[in-house]
Amino acid sequence: MTESLAITKFSDLANPTRFLALAARILPWLAAVTAALFAVGLYLAFTTQGDYQQGDTVRIMYVHVPAAWLSMMCYSVMALSAIGTLVWRHPLADVSHKAAAPLGAAFTLIALVTGSLWGRPMWGTWWVWDARLTSVFVLFLMYLGIIALNRAMDDPSRAARLSAVLILVGFVNIPIIKFSVNWWNTLHQPASVIRLGGPTIDGEFLRPLLVMALAFTLLFFTLHIMAIRNEIWRRRVATQRRMAARLAGRES
Amino acid sequence: MGIIMTALLLRDLKLSIRAGGGALIGVLFFMTVVAVIPFGVGPDLNLLARIGPAIVWIGALLAALLGLDRLFQTEREDGSLDLLLMQEHPLVLTVLVKCLAHWLANVLPLVIASPLLGLFMNMNEVGIGAVMLTLLVGSPALTFIGAVGAAVAVTLPRGGLLVSILVLPLCVPVLIFGVSASYAAVEDPAPFLPPFLILVAITMFFAVLGPLGAALALRNGGD
Repeated sequence: MTESLAITKFSDLANPTRFLALAARILPWLAAVTAALFAVGLYLAFTTQGDYQQGDTVRIMYVHVPAAWLSMMCYSVMALSAIGTLVWRHPLADVSHKAAAPLGAAFTLIALVTGSLWGRPMWGTWWVWDARLTSVFVLFLMYLGIIALNRAMDDPSRAARLSAVLILVGFVNIPIIKFSVNWWNTLHQPASVIRLGGPTIDGEFLRPLLVMALAFTLLFFTLHIMAIRNEIWRRRVATQRRMAARLAGRES
Repeated sequence: MGIIMTALLLRDLKLSIRAGGGALIGVLFFMTVVAVIPFGVGPDLNLLARIGPAIVWIGALLAALLGLDRLFQTEREDGSLDLLLMQEHPLVLTVLVKCLAHWLANVLPLVIASPLLGLFMNMNEVGIGAVMLTLLVGSPALTFIGAVGAAVAVTLPRGGLLVSILVLPLCVPVLIFGVSASYAAVEDPAPFLPPFLILVAITMFFAVLGPLGAALALRNGGD
């Protein structure tokens, strides 16, 4: 094997060894930048003054909004990976959308829980069937369905191709669900009670929010690359176990 | 090609109507689900009349999902799925015809049974007619969306529950507009036509997307 592990084009990443080498080089930097951004973002989030109406609960927003943003970005990353799986049969894309699904579900759950924690003092209830909440909840269910489908199949490459189909169909559906839920909500209840209205966002809140959003995005990519690496390792271990089992059968 | 597709349609219809097809079990399930609701919410006729359209729609949605996992699984078990995959006609068309056959045999009986259940729910004539019409127009979308789930889970030994989990979130728009249109027909200020036309649009959209996705999944899921 004289070929170098240099990566010149995207398809080179199909070689898992190349990807692992790249991941080993990138991950420490990515993790360090993420940690630094979180330090700055959390510092800003806790030192800026609270809202004059919402008080300290406004700080929940610094976690809630980035998590909600990631819940959508993660599905887009999965949809891109799904295209990679179905069109180019890129092996890394298979692993990528499998690894992203639990992350997406986790960030969606964080968005739902923090939203609920914020809603209790602000709206007086843990949950309202608001259009936005409902569509995020449906998104959460879709993530869980994809994870369940991935776990239901033994053969990883077939599981990847089938869940890729499901991810793409879901991706086309998300705007329809969003639109229909908006329709449903405006039909059934007036939007007066639960408008997020309040003051339009001030620079005081915007700065920590942007830093936190960037930190969350980098956190996602750090975790995503780590999850892909773990999945590659897991498959290698599984392959070696199978080989060992075959050899053991031959000896006896 | 028309002859072949007609033959496929008739074959699927015969298979689902004759013994072991289970087409009428869906209707039975539908009636049972709707009949259980009053035991839960109480026998108040006014309340039942108000939630009637929603209950009938949800019952039909669940009953339509019930038989979905068999859409391709019986073919896979007896090997005819491989023949369907190998023929030279576009697989999308085959899937579309199979969806139509499934809808005719399993879902159309639900639509026909819905007026009876509307009477149980103390709905008036207009409401019953609206629910039946929206079910007639909207339920094909359920079959088309369900075909994707059925195709994805075709190789799984117990895929039925998984198909429901995968398909139900995607069916939310159909339910919303079906129920909206039904209510709009009964309650005066809301216009009936916009939600109804959107429901038609959703059905036509999924008539394309569903068979495409299902064909893609069937091609990729073969062992």
